[in-house]
Amino acid sequence: MTNNTINKIRLVQGNEACALGAIKAGATFYSGYPITPSTEVAEHIANKFPRIGRHFIQMEDEIASIGAAIGASTVGHKAFTATSGPGFSLMQELIGYAAIAEIPVVIINVMRAGPSTGLPTMPAAGDVQQARWGTHGDHSIIAISPNSVMETYYETINAFNLAEQYRTPVLLMMDEKVGHLRERFEEDEANEPVIMYRPAPKEGEKFVPYANVECGVPHILPLGKGERYHITGLTHGETGFYTAQPKAVSKFVGRLSDKIELNVDKIAKIEENYTDDAEVLVLSYGSSARSAHEAVKTLREQGHKVGMVRLITLWPFHDAKIAALCEGKKAVIVPEMNLGQMAREVQRVAKGVPVLPMCRVDGDLMTPDEIIAKVKEVL
Amino acid sequence: MQRKWEVRFSGTGGQGIIRSAVILAQAALYDGFDAVQSQSYGPESRGGSTKGEVVIDDEIIYYPKVNLPNLVVCLSQEAYKKYGADIRENGILIVDSSICKDDNKVPENVKVYEFPIIETAREEIQNELSANVLSLGIVTGLTEIVSEQSMIAALTETFKKNILESNLKAFALGLKIAQTAKN
Repeated sequence: MTNNTINKIRLVQGNEACALGAIKAGATFYSGYPITPSTEVAEHIANKFPRIGRHFIQMEDEIASIGAAIGASTVGHKAFTATSGPGFSLMQELIGYAAIAEIPVVIINVMRAGPSTGLPTMPAAGDVQQARWGTHGDHSIIAISPNSVMETYYETINAFNLAEQYRTPVLLMMDEKVGHLRERFEEDEANEPVIMYRPAPKEGEKFVPYANVECGVPHILPLGKGERYHITGLTHGETGFYTAQPKAVSKFVGRLSDKIELNVDKIAKIEENYTDDAEVLVLSYGSSARSAHEAVKTLREQGHKVGMVRLITLWPFHDAKIAALCEGKKAVIVPEMNLGQMAREVQRVAKGVPVLPMCRVDGDLMTPDEIIAKVKEVL
Repeated sequence: MQRKWEVRFSGTGGQGIIRSAVILAQAALYDGFDAVQSQSYGPESRGGSTKGEVVIDDEIIYYPKVNLPNLVVCLSQEAYKKYGADIRENGILIVDSSICKDDNKVPENVKVYEFPIIETAREEIQNELSANVLSLGIVTGLTEIVSEQSMIAALTETFKKNILESNLKAFALGLKIAQTAKN
């Protein structure tokens, strides 16, 4: 142990890593309303932002919080908010607004057990389908589920990059265990993360705020910086003004979805371990995936052909890749801290393969032993 | 040396139980191990029983929680009642002398140490709140989980200057108590 290593190695909590990631990503505006188990994100941002000339505002509730973040983003800030289940429910309408108005914003949801006030200090993954379908109307969304402190840091940066790149709300779906876990934090100095900014028109190029461009993501300029344009939650044409013209509406709603779904290869991160010769697959995400990884490692040491797939990106769901991974397996077991929400997605794509949900909703993390026992039932 | 340690600190909310776990985890990182610290608490932040857990291993730790601890520290009666018997074979249990253990529920093969942790903190440091750091001194002295040097580095990293000295004193007292028990 030298002084040098001490300076580099830190024990950091998941929520703090999220705040550090946001700072690294270039976030300049945070508006939020504190709620367990996400509060430490706000605490760290409240401490750091004013010192580096960025903005922290505590709002009166979660609706105002996401409203302020969306507003800040329209004038050019990289903006975000952090909450948990009850606040996430309140934010749903404006998540839809950000989706239709194509305003980049990052929402951190440190999931706790619900419904309603539920178990405030305990982990769950009960909001993963709400992330996809919580706001009304057809749209696509990006949602990420990190499972460690270091991954929280890098995926927070990724969340901001994706929000900017695709002009969309991005949801970072942490859970209480990951948010409150403290573990080694050491930045990879050799791989400095890329920081991305929203697409802007080139000098002299005509600015069309909602242009039907081929890549699906039109240019964006901050309001108040020279270009006047209209932003609305109504369906709109290329100029941003309301339209009910069927062809234009159809094209617009289609583009909102396609710009994300057609880029699923670029967006969706899926981690695979021991999948090559696996006969049984364990598919998980978030902190349940840590129990699953431990279980699969133990089973491999015992000589069983078990593989592990971890969804880092929950949405967009990579239908083709998951279908291919499940193909020919004896069974796919899906441990998660809800009553089988992502197992339904796996069942939808894994044709002819038994997909067995493994659920825990008592506020406690699944143990590796439980998963080992379940796998042994089907081996 | 034992490879994997699962440590559980328990007591009452406000005693600095989670802080103990954080400091131990930090010291373990300095010693080159992987360490994961997790906690469990109710909606209240003062009173109620609290536990702070640390898993230390020389391999990557996936499952982050303590399964069955091999070292348990209890600083309150309620914590003892809840966690005192939940300990691995040949494990170590460190309890404050104020705790009544008449129930004999601790498994026989567990090594039990009883020290006046809270009283010593109150009398020698003039601060009951130092009991958590004092117990870290005892843990460091009795076991080989982490080095004394790394613990001191972690304490120095944790405490502000004005309270560092009293905490280092509490830690040294804990080491001394452990040494006496070993001899």
